Amino acid sequence: MVLVFAESPRGILKKAAFEAVTYGKKTADLLGTSCVALTLGSVKNAGELGVYGASRVLNIADTAFEHFDSQAVAAAIATIAQQNGATVVVLSHTSTGKSIAGRLSVRLNAGLVSGVNSLPAVNGAALHVKKSVFSGKAIAEYQIDSAVKVLSLMGNAVKPEATGAAISVENASAGAKGRIRVKEVKTQEGIVPLPEAEIVVSAGRGMKDPANWGIVEDLATTLHATTACSRPVADSHWRPHHEHVGQTGIAIRPNLYIAIGISGAIQHLAGVNNSKVIVVINKDPEAPFFKAADYGVVGDLFDIVPRLNASFKKFKAGH
Amino acid sequence: MKLLVCISQTPDTTAKVSFKSDGKEFDAAGVQFIMNPYDEWYALVRACELRETLGGSVTALNVGPAANETTIRKALAIGADDAVRINADPQSAGFVAKQIAEYARSQNFDIIFFGKETIDYNGSEVGAMVAEYLDMPYISYASKLDLNGNTATLERDIEGGVEVLEVDLPFVVSAAKGMAEQRIPNMRGIMTARTKPLVEVAPVAFEDAAKAVQFTLPPAKAGVKLIDPENMDELVRLLHEEAKVI
Repeated sequence: MVLVFAESPRGILKKAAFEAVTYGKKTADLLGTSCVALTLGSVKNAGELGVYGASRVLNIADTAFEHFDSQAVAAAIATIAQQNGATVVVLSHTSTGKSIAGRLSVRLNAGLVSGVNSLPAVNGAALHVKKSVFSGKAIAEYQIDSAVKVLSLMGNAVKPEATGAAISVENASAGAKGRIRVKEVKTQEGIVPLPEAEIVVSAGRGMKDPANWGIVEDLATTLHATTACSRPVADSHWRPHHEHVGQTGIAIRPNLYIAIGISGAIQHLAGVNNSKVIVVINKDPEAPFFKAADYGVVGDLFDIVPRLNASFKKFKAGH
Repeated sequence: MKLLVCISQTPDTTAKVSFKSDGKEFDAAGVQFIMNPYDEWYALVRACELRETLGGSVTALNVGPAANETTIRKALAIGADDAVRINADPQSAGFVAKQIAEYARSQNFDIIFFGKETIDYNGSEVGAMVAEYLDMPYISYASKLDLNGNTATLERDIEGGVEVLEVDLPFVVSAAKGMAEQRIPNMRGIMTARTKPLVEVAPVAFEDAAKAVQFTLPPAKAGVKLIDPENMDELVRLLHEEAKVI
């Protein structure tokens, strides 16, 4: 069977988990087997995993899992995988998944490919999967030959598909023994985190002053988008560190990336070039970002952005 | 304080990426190689800072061929006290992790540092594998690391925020932006790096079950469609009807 670890930050399953289960279900269909989901700790909406294709949902209710420790989580997933004869284990390629994927591959003696972005191809006992490499400049196809395979799924690579109905959750157990003591989790509530965002509105030095960000935030509000920024903006403390997208910041792959006043240095592109559609607004027609863009507007952003916002508002009102 | 920093060598950020042998292997011709930026800027520098305040030693470790010694000497110039090169082609994350774990197992390091990921394979896999082999806690994407006796306080980047945690030595950590500031090696560092010990170690056998078998370049962009700045309704229409993203 295919085992999916459905992560539940602060007790709630989110998009990453539904994407992983959708991917697990489709992989299970290709292999002619079933898809089982595992949740850890107290989870409010675990039964919903059935909607996205899990035929069983297991939960280990141990409160120790409420604080993340890669060692304890990897050990629990490995135990459940072995008890149930899993041949593929699917994780989300998130801060959680990245902390456990390597551990799990060692524990299960499994080949690992992290950050896969499409469904596997079955080739006898082997699986072939693809991922983006060289910071988006190439695609690598991997062959995994081990009896057990571990895959972590890149965010926004697969759309969650509701194909079934909510199911009841079965209790499972596995020892939780971590050594990390989580003291505090500080998150922005009410904002879709950048790696999960489908629309991102991002701005750079062309904004000239942090006081000018209102037009960017207004546009993001209209589009229900998450705001981001370039490195110089984060380094100058115009915007918070967690908004920085690019090579040293966060790598994202939204459906729509709107870059305002960002020249498009290669280090910035490395974090955003997997976006499905890129719109660039810049006064410099020679800005390198236009080469990576799908749509471009050359002009004064202080004039264009408010009018673009008005056009989106008009569109939203009519749809 | 005994610190290990695992450094990887990667193509420069601005390198043109191409492949040879029908897409079976990376074409290194004309490519400039560098120390993986996260390993250098954040992991190595933070390890050196800790050694400067608490004493002890920083060892830089690379799995790679003799040609990587330029990169290793740079780590020594930045501040590592000594270096180890495990003499093998770093063929996969699983292979590299096995080599590092086998070396580190008997060395009693207090902290084993990695960068958050390499800029070539972007896997973020090796640190977690080493931690599992050595039965140590692992903290990934750490943007802050302070030590008080045997206890470390770290901040870890998570989706939309940070997690603050404590852990006792020894542990494995991967470093992200915020943990330290990039250091440029000075002349004295470059001079002393030449005579610092660099030990070559033989690899252990390991067959990785996951192998990259084919590389391709992403489909070329069709080219930018420029929109009249006076007609933002048109951009919205295209995003809806053509790109279908709103």
